Amino acid sequence: MEALDQFRRDTRAWLEANCPAEMRVPVRGDDDICWGGRNWVFKSEAQRVWLERMAARGWTVPAWPREYGGGGLSHEEVTILKQEMAAIKARSPLESFGIWMLGPALLAFGSHEQKLEYLPPIARGEIRWCQGYSEPNAGSDLASLQTRADDGGDHFVVTGSKIWTSYADKADMIFCLVRTDFSAAKHLGISFILFDMTWPGVSTKPIMLISGKSPFCETFFDGVKVPKANLVGTLNRGWDIAKYLLTHEREMIGGGGGGLLGGRSPGQLAAQEIGVGDDGRLADPFLRVDMARAEVDALAFALTMTRYKDEAASGGRGVGDKSSVLKYYGTELNKRRYELMMRAAGTQGLEWEGARTNDGELPRGWLRTKANSIEGGTSEVMLDIVAKRLLQLPSA
Amino acid sequence: MLVHDEDQRLLADAAKGFIQEKAPVAALRKLRDEKVADGFDRDLWRQMAEMGWTGILVPEEAGGLGFGFVGAGIICEEMGRTLTASPFLSTAMMAATAVSRAGSPAQKERWLPAIAAGETIIATAIDEGRKHAPEKTALKAEVSGNGFRLSGAKTYVADGQVADAFLVAARTAGSAGETKGISLFLVDSKLAGVSSERVVTLDSRGAAHVSFDNVQITGADVLGEIDDGLGLLEIVLGAGRAGLAAELSGNAQESFGRTVDYLKERKQFGRTIGAFQALQHRAAHLFSEIEIAKSAVLGALQALDADPAGAALAVSLAKSKAASVARLAAQEAIQMHGGIGMTDAIDIGLFAKRMQVASELYGDADFHADRVALARGF
Ligand SMILES: Cc1cc2nc3c(=O)[nH]c(=O)nc-3n(C[C@H](O)[C@H](O)[C@H](O)COP(=O)(O)OP(=O)(O)OC[C@H]3O[C@@H](n4cnc5c(N)ncnc54)[C@H](O)[C@@H]3O)c2cc1C
Ligand SMILES: Cc1cc2nc3c(=O)[nH]c(=O)nc-3n(C[C@H](O)[C@H](O)[C@H](O)COP(=O)(O)OP(=O)(O)OC[C@H]3O[C@@H](n4cnc5c(N)ncnc54)[C@H](O)[C@@H]3O)c2cc1C
Repeated sequence: MEALDQFRRDTRAWLEANCPAEMRVPVRGDDDICWGGRNWVFKSEAQRVWLERMAARGWTVPAWPREYGGGGLSHEEVTILKQEMAAIKARSPLESFGIWMLGPALLAFGSHEQKLEYLPPIARGEIRWCQGYSEPNAGSDLASLQTRADDGGDHFVVTGSKIWTSYADKADMIFCLVRTDFSAAKHLGISFILFDMTWPGVSTKPIMLISGKSPFCETFFDGVKVPKANLVGTLNRGWDIAKYLLTHEREMIGGGGGGLLGGRSPGQLAAQEIGVGDDGRLADPFLRVDMARAEVDALAFALTMTRYKDEAASGGRGVGDKSSVLKYYGTELNKRRYELMMRAAGTQGLEWEGARTNDGELPRGWLRTKANSIEGGTSEVMLDIVAKRLLQLPSA
Repeated sequence: MLVHDEDQRLLADAAKGFIQEKAPVAALRKLRDEKVADGFDRDLWRQMAEMGWTGILVPEEAGGLGFGFVGAGIICEEMGRTLTASPFLSTAMMAATAVSRAGSPAQKERWLPAIAAGETIIATAIDEGRKHAPEKTALKAEVSGNGFRLSGAKTYVADGQVADAFLVAARTAGSAGETKGISLFLVDSKLAGVSSERVVTLDSRGAAHVSFDNVQITGADVLGEIDDGLGLLEIVLGAGRAGLAAELSGNAQESFGRTVDYLKERKQFGRTIGAFQALQHRAAHLFSEIEIAKSAVLGALQALDADPAGAALAVSLAKSKAASVARLAAQEAIQMHGGIGMTDAIDIGLFAKRMQVASELYGDADFHADRVALARGF
């Protein structure tokens, strides 16, 4: 207890001294987030300094072991760091698929050499990763994927295509599911490999979304040569890694809601903009009722994320299949929040371009949240997982 | 940490074992079918006292366990699973909180050991209308001699039919609707002018409408500060609301568990109905909601242990969420059981009936969502 109090005091003092003022205002959309990577151009000197200072302490990935670039912090210490960052509204210094997904999978399944090679650059924001899972005919039914990796002696030859690869055009490397055995049952012939997006035979094509943005791509592989050293885990057993990684992705997407609202709830924002009456209640009664219910759910959901993480930490395991609960509930909630924001905004929410609305930040955000319940596994798939794995209901 | 610690886990195991054995749902049926006027089993209450539960919130120096709200909530949750009828909420949670926080030395000496020993039952008498509204208190307490004279009536006082004393909210100043001017009194139920009419309730438990007709009490019966009782009442209600939220969580978990079991066993159209995705998805949704409610409940109980006066938001969050989730659980339980769910022979309906009572008491889901919104600035 005493040690944790000391840690809190030290952390508070360090953050106070080291977090630049510009990094204490909420991010304004995707373009304002620090993603890192070989070609990353910092949006400001403050963004660069903040990443550098946090990475030097291992605090971009505070829970990872120190030898792999992490902070080596305990669960309690990570919680304190997050609380103290939230208290000064400090931005996350770095976001990436490397941190959310590949890192945890490598920590669990990678060889020591692979961890040393790939994890520290993720922690420092030097290499940006993308996820090559989905294919045009393998979305919810991911295990039916057809991209092939043929044995070429000391390397694989990868041929096929992926879809929905977020930031494929900006990523340096890809973690990719490929089929290495076409004769086995569909889950048993899949392998997990890593390769460079600049290697010969890799190309990408953007996909425009309804939000008018295009961080998504189709990705094509035409005879890409990948050294066998880049296989993670056991050949044909990549599905285990894929699933493990998905639990982390789901936990992250489920918990990621509301970043663009700067930590404020729709009700709080509406109170600012629409105003409250003498009784302290939001002037629009219909909106207020819906917002009050969403507020209850949002606060209780935040407690659930904390509870799951605390349970996992005290039991020495991960969140596991319960990540499906977080993914389902968190993303549906996030969609609700944006629906409420659009109602509160009225005609303001209809502006698509122009400085006044930061180029329609709200309606674009609203449209973007529609993907929350699709990406990383749809809500229906999450409910299937809960029904089958957690409730053990029978298959049809 | 939003998890139970070692002591709390041990308590949970002990509570589960005891309650499943001594107070299964069948015990409630028996109370109902035999029309037991007390609305609970005195022998069971005595055994609960022997376990130390009646003193779970009574400080150790007054003969209690001083275990805290998380522990009390654990017991409520287990009782929620079997619909155990007892004055635990009114007496061991609310009255114990009231007296141990605000009682004079004499009041503490008189009431706390008796609460801990399970020898006295104290019911909280607040509401006067159909919906929960403490600030609308109109029951008058006029200065009289060295004390006060109470006149007015209270509706739906839980455990009021068996109370040895009432914790009464009365108006010493101002008028109904104002937050100032409310005072709390501990009133012996045998005093002249106190009368109560038992209410036969939906959940087969006990409540009473209680009238106070020029009841003369002394200055020593005042609990806390004159005219400024609402703050204390909030804390007492916080204990009751969090306890009910924990109970509702247990209620929802149990009726859901029974429903999932039924989905795995009932066959229609040549398969178990649990294989139909239409039902699977609703069950999975309900499971998620129950998980969310559990977190809110634990959050509220921990907040009460940390600072009872500062726990209002956490408590309202828990009561609002647990009440609406338990309602959904009850509806889905009946629906997914099909026709059999409508029968008195199986227990599903009993969970729905208690859910309705526990949801309504001390503020329903809407009342508490309103408070959450206000606390959050809108
Ligand atoms: C914004 C965005 C970013 C993404 N980023 C990536 C990425 O970086 N890398 C990557 O590999 N993939 C990515 N994806 C792909 C994503 O994982 C898939 O879109 C998702 O798994 C759903 O697959 P699908 O689109 O093929 O839908 P389908 O599988 O065709 O589903 C269509 C509808 O049918 C429902 N459905 C399907 N099967 C069932 C069932 N058994 N029971 C009930 N309902 C069912 C679905 O829930 C959905 O509503 C991204 C997607 C989006 C939208
Ligand atoms: C008050 C009352 C009065 C009644 N009166 C009469 C009467 O006068 N005469 C008479 O003959 N009958 C009567 N019934 C019976 C009534 O018609 C049946 O209860 C009803 O058809 C449902 O059948 P079940 O109870 O066996 O439920 P089940 O068929 O066991 O269903 C259990 C649950 O599974 C669901 N389910 C079942 N199959 C599927 C599926 N394929 N996909 C998705 N979900 C499914 C159901 O919707 C339900 O939620 C009465 C029932 C009640 C409750």
